[in-house]
Amino acid sequence: MAHILLRHRDIPDLHQLDVYLENGGYEGLKKALGMAPEEVTAIVRDSNLRGRGGAGFPTGVKWGFIPKHIDPKYIIINTDESETGTFKDRELVERNPHQVIEGALIAAYAVGAHLVFNYFRGEFMDAAHTFETALIECYANGLLGEGILDSDFDCDFYCHYGAGAYICGEETALINSLGGNLGQPWSKPPFPAVEGLYGKPTVVNNTETLANVPPIIVNGADWYASMGTERSTGIKIVCMSGHVNNPGNYEVEMGTTYRELIEMAGGMRGGKAFKALLPSGGSGPVITSEALDAPLTYEGLDDFNSVMGSASVIVMDEDTDMVWAASKMIKFFHHESCGKCTPCREGTYWMDTVLDRIYDGEGSRGDIELLRSVATQIKGKTLCALGEFAINPVLSTINHFPGEYISKTELKTRQLVEDQHE
Amino acid sequence: MELPVNCPENALIRETYAEEISGILARYPNKRSAVLPLMHLAQQEYGYMSDEAKQEVADILDLDPTHVLSLAGFYSLFHEKPTGKYILEICNDLACALRGADEFVEMACQKLEIPVNGTTADGLFTIKTVMCLGACDRAPMLQCNLKFAENLDEEKFDQLITQLREEAASGDNKPSIVQQIMAYAKPDAIEDGQ
Repeated sequence: MAHILLRHRDIPDLHQLDVYLENGGYEGLKKALGMAPEEVTAIVRDSNLRGRGGAGFPTGVKWGFIPKHIDPKYIIINTDESETGTFKDRELVERNPHQVIEGALIAAYAVGAHLVFNYFRGEFMDAAHTFETALIECYANGLLGEGILDSDFDCDFYCHYGAGAYICGEETALINSLGGNLGQPWSKPPFPAVEGLYGKPTVVNNTETLANVPPIIVNGADWYASMGTERSTGIKIVCMSGHVNNPGNYEVEMGTTYRELIEMAGGMRGGKAFKALLPSGGSGPVITSEALDAPLTYEGLDDFNSVMGSASVIVMDEDTDMVWAASKMIKFFHHESCGKCTPCREGTYWMDTVLDRIYDGEGSRGDIELLRSVATQIKGKTLCALGEFAINPVLSTINHFPGEYISKTELKTRQLVEDQHE
Repeated sequence: MELPVNCPENALIRETYAEEISGILARYPNKRSAVLPLMHLAQQEYGYMSDEAKQEVADILDLDPTHVLSLAGFYSLFHEKPTGKYILEICNDLACALRGADEFVEMACQKLEIPVNGTTADGLFTIKTVMCLGACDRAPMLQCNLKFAENLDEEKFDQLITQLREEAASGDNKPSIVQQIMAYAKPDAIEDGQ
């Protein structure tokens, strides 16, 4: 099947404007500009495209929340891609930038915005050359600035660079960061659709989400909804990493199973047996072989207490120490906690400390319960979802692999018992 | 560009990057938004986020220097102390570690005879370990002054170090990634067709 998002893999030099135009580029924008903005939003809503950054909020509904009578409005592309195991947006901005730009312009037209920012994580500067060049091409060819494609729609478009903070992928933190403040989230409401950047209505959409928009406008909502499943329509880029033979991005229809994804990625490396995978980078609970035939959809892992998220699949083989893996993940969250709310800031510190102790053989059986206790105290008590994510790798590895935790704590537990008897 | 009256004598980026700065400021409805791009430029010029660097950014944007200080501490790309000329930021997050990143870090530290966060005696290299850089399918990997180096092994690491040593010895100062990217903000970038 030809790619719809990773089209550059089928069409060489698609990052160049002339090549993009020769291959139907900006036809979606042209079509949108001939419609009423509400019609554009309605098509995206009917396609049931949902946020590809992980949260899965319906994109057309999000656009529909933007109030008409408050100006100016802003569109922000979230290219802060920082979730462990995620590298899909980077490929899009590096290799197929015009499709992202076109999607964002359609969004801007639909909600009445005249300024778009693409928020790149600072570490993606090296990956931003083609995107910056693409914007220059657009300005030089009447696709940005005043009177786009000879219509009365004006729009400016700039790149912004962060400076290294996972939390800025959270939309309110991103807006704070772009506003020149600490990249910390706020407790919603107010929602960015009403009070976002500079206190004005703002849509924040993931890069991959916006890349879906031009083909939806060109081919219609029904075409898009005919792919995937009823509740999770369309296509998804899946980032396969870890112990597979061919790690990389794979564009698939929603509903593809995790087993099929591992096969697409060349199967398990070195012929080892599969042990577990993280379906959404560090943020989602680990799943085991019982869930391999579950479909890649927003609800497909419900029965296994996990989530598709951004579809960053980190595969682990039989030799992987799950306490080590949990410790790696909690170090990530400990480092990336923005520090604003106490449960996340202190909780990730303690989970990191206790996990290290267990991994080093210095932890007792009680430490496993301590980990559960800390996780429970974080759950439901953080400002943003990221604090909530931090407990997932810990609790899910304890639940699925209790034996690994117990064996690591046996020595210390026996010592403690002996000490008590003396 | 109009200079604030309290412009410090040793101000650097305001002169070196006058065009970039005016282009960056023109992008935002509120100039406070320019603080991270300007901090990137300041770090480029001063070597790290020194007091002078923070002061200059604060002066250009009419910000309190303590605000710039708080941002420097919050965002991991800003260095609060001097570093080596080349900062090797190796990702050893889970996805990379499953493909040998921890062993790669150990090898790199042995070769350069420094610990993680250490700097070589000649001031050329600093090794850091960092969180996910979005290249998990090409691990082991690192960024050297924000430039990606991927699918690495010992041999490729040796080649990279040799190449960087030669570059440093030749005194060849190619524009850094920060300089290249911020140059897109220059008002004439469109005409130049960069």
